[in-house]
Amino acid sequence: MSATTANPSAQGTRRVFLVVTLLVAASALGFIAFGNMGENLVYYWDVGQLREAGDKAIGSTIRLGGVVKEGTVDWRPDESHLEFIITDGSQEVPVECSGAPPQMFREGIGVVVEGTMTPSGTFTSERLMVKHSNEYKAPEDGMSADERKQLYRTVEDL
Amino acid sequence: MISILGRGAVLLALAACSVGTITGAVAAIRGSASALRTTRVAAYVFGCSLVLATLLMEVALLTHDFSVSYVAEVGSLNTPTWVTIVSLWSSLNGSILLWGFVLALCVMGLAYNTRGKYPDLTPWALSVAMGVGVFFTFLIAGVANPFSPMSPVPTDGPGPNPLLQNHILMVVHPPMLYLGYVGMTIPFAMGAAALLAGRLDAAWTRLLRRWMLIPWGFLSVGIILGGWWSYEVLGWGGWWAWDPVENASFLPWLTATAFVHSAMVMERKSQLKGWTLALVFASFLLTLLGTFMTRSGVFNSVHSFTQSPIGPVFLGFLAIATIFCVLLMAFRLDALGEGERPLAMGASRDLAFLANNLLFTAFTFMVLLGTVYPLLNEAVTETQISVGQPYFDRMGAPLGVAILFLMGVGPALPWGSGATGSAVKRLIIPLGTGVLAVVLSVALGITQFWPLLTFGLAGFAFATTMREIFAPAMARSKARGEGLGIATWAVVTRARRRFGGYVVHVGVISIAVAHAASMAYQTKTPITLVEGQSAEVSGYELAYLGSAWEEQPHRTSLKARFEVSRDGASLGVLEPRLNHYKKMGTPIGTPVVKSRLTEDLYLSLINVDPTAKTASLDVMIHPMVMWLWVGGAFMLIGTVVAVWPSRSRARAAAKSVPAPVSAAPGK
Repeated sequence: MSATTANPSAQGTRRVFLVVTLLVAASALGFIAFGNMGENLVYYWDVGQLREAGDKAIGSTIRLGGVVKEGTVDWRPDESHLEFIITDGSQEVPVECSGAPPQMFREGIGVVVEGTMTPSGTFTSERLMVKHSNEYKAPEDGMSADERKQLYRTVEDL
Repeated sequence: MISILGRGAVLLALAACSVGTITGAVAAIRGSASALRTTRVAAYVFGCSLVLATLLMEVALLTHDFSVSYVAEVGSLNTPTWVTIVSLWSSLNGSILLWGFVLALCVMGLAYNTRGKYPDLTPWALSVAMGVGVFFTFLIAGVANPFSPMSPVPTDGPGPNPLLQNHILMVVHPPMLYLGYVGMTIPFAMGAAALLAGRLDAAWTRLLRRWMLIPWGFLSVGIILGGWWSYEVLGWGGWWAWDPVENASFLPWLTATAFVHSAMVMERKSQLKGWTLALVFASFLLTLLGTFMTRSGVFNSVHSFTQSPIGPVFLGFLAIATIFCVLLMAFRLDALGEGERPLAMGASRDLAFLANNLLFTAFTFMVLLGTVYPLLNEAVTETQISVGQPYFDRMGAPLGVAILFLMGVGPALPWGSGATGSAVKRLIIPLGTGVLAVVLSVALGITQFWPLLTFGLAGFAFATTMREIFAPAMARSKARGEGLGIATWAVVTRARRRFGGYVVHVGVISIAVAHAASMAYQTKTPITLVEGQSAEVSGYELAYLGSAWEEQPHRTSLKARFEVSRDGASLGVLEPRLNHYKKMGTPIGTPVVKSRLTEDLYLSLINVDPTAKTASLDVMIHPMVMWLWVGGAFMLIGTVVAVWPSRSRARAAAKSVPAPVSAAPGK
């Protein structure tokens, strides 16, 4: 803005005003930037990473991925309470969910639970998602019929 | 056959817009009328060939011509016809073609809209718009070619993504967003033209504002329809999740909203030119960034398509466009000549607009940071994170509330510095209304801070808006002895943009109230019922009647039937369902939403076990959600009123080339 005014005092006021505005804007943006992003991050971890993090996992929001261990599912419909153990093959974490398991949920299936670790060593979650094969994938150009079939099978298996 | 014809049309479009880009620049630099004529012809050829290509693709889809790669990718013999038609935008390559189609319409619209006018600005605008066209047609002809021939020709295809087949809203939501996204190209081209030609007068500003308002309106409607779709289809019970792709559409909306306001200062006072143009450029660049985020698969989201080579190409174009904008601003801004007067200080409408712009810019920055932070973090530390909803909610609430406050104050303030006393007088009734809204809310049992503040400020802003809408009509009716209806009509038709703007404000207020209420007071109760069993949740009585399968050509649905009543009055049998699509593994739920003005009952089926005769569902109560959609309708109506061509202004603009500031009562 190329402002030229005849009145120097008006220009002075204007400059002070501009500086104040910029300061307010900058501090507001700073507050936005560093204010509370840290505590609102969601971490994408597998069972190993969760174990590695130890106490750091308590209280943080975590999206934990793994497989539902065979024979560990305990679903109590009247309390809408679901418990199972999630594993990556070697390490395990017990999980407690509120709410019903989704239709495709079963033992041995890949799942993602969002929640946090409690001091008692159980992962509590409000949100349980059955893992689809990454995402829905459209077949690509130049894919052979076999590859197509394979693609559908991976989707269907889940 | 269609493969060849379609590709031919795309290549013709590519040739036409390449020619147009060059001849447009030549016409502008040399002032050559013949070059301008060529540019116009090129614009129409470019437009028509892309429209033709899109129509060819629709023909291929409808005739199930699986020799066309895109049809083989998304087509299927057993999808209903409406799904087949809309599969044009169900996957990457088709959606880029749709993008080209919309761009074609926009470029032809610009060519038509500027015929015989603004001989110094038009060629630049057409040249820049077709330059963008070169990039998109290049994509359609190359990396994202939907017309490549298939060999061997498959006998059937998988059909589009089941999520997109699940609801009729999918017919309108993506095209609306596309019209909004792509439409931003034209204001960008016009802004660049102003800088290149070194002239930005009130007439061009008005035209620019109109061309921005149209995509802005589409974007608003598209965003709200997207929220509605998410609410009606996805079954998680919300309408806005701060998903990166939702943010991608919200970002250009924020900067475009800031523009719509600062353009009023620019048009009226010839000030803030550089800032206003910066907002135009930012909106365009953010649409490119948004498309990159949606289309490159860098984010996991319901919207993202698969990893695609289109990502890097888009990033490259984004970089070029950004450099172009920065260079233009750096070297050509002085040529525009800022108005001599400084912005008025003190409590004036000018200042309210400035504050509005600061708030919207801060909002944009906040959302942008939260959206790209995970990407930056992953690039540096190789750990995957995302920024949770609470960040956006906590940051957005104060900004949103401040915007609501300005909406109540701004319109009551006079332009320039001056009669502050009358403004205070004008604010008494709105302030009273705000206080009344708070008192009423408390009486109704609302005690949380943010909803109370929102409702109070909404009352305040609503009263100001009503006053701005009806006071002029009442004054006219009194002065001329006309009926109030006639006076309102006369006032409205004379100041459409102003009136339309306030109708949009009413819509925004409605959305703010609905959002605050539903965020603060929604409830979710998971229950599991055995056949014959019933339960009471939040005042509703639900009895599980049993499950049933329903066969449709493209899907099989498992329905759970619930007899629902409230206070003894039956609401009928509600049937939330899980849909199994052929060739797709995971079932997709369709929730049932029973809307009332005060609250929605929302049943989302989680699982059904026909052998154990149980059904588990989430019973959710969402207060006031209806007012989100009502607000969206108001925004649409307001935008239509504001952009509706007015005959007198069109004539005034046509009469003079460097048009004088017309006396039309835009604010």
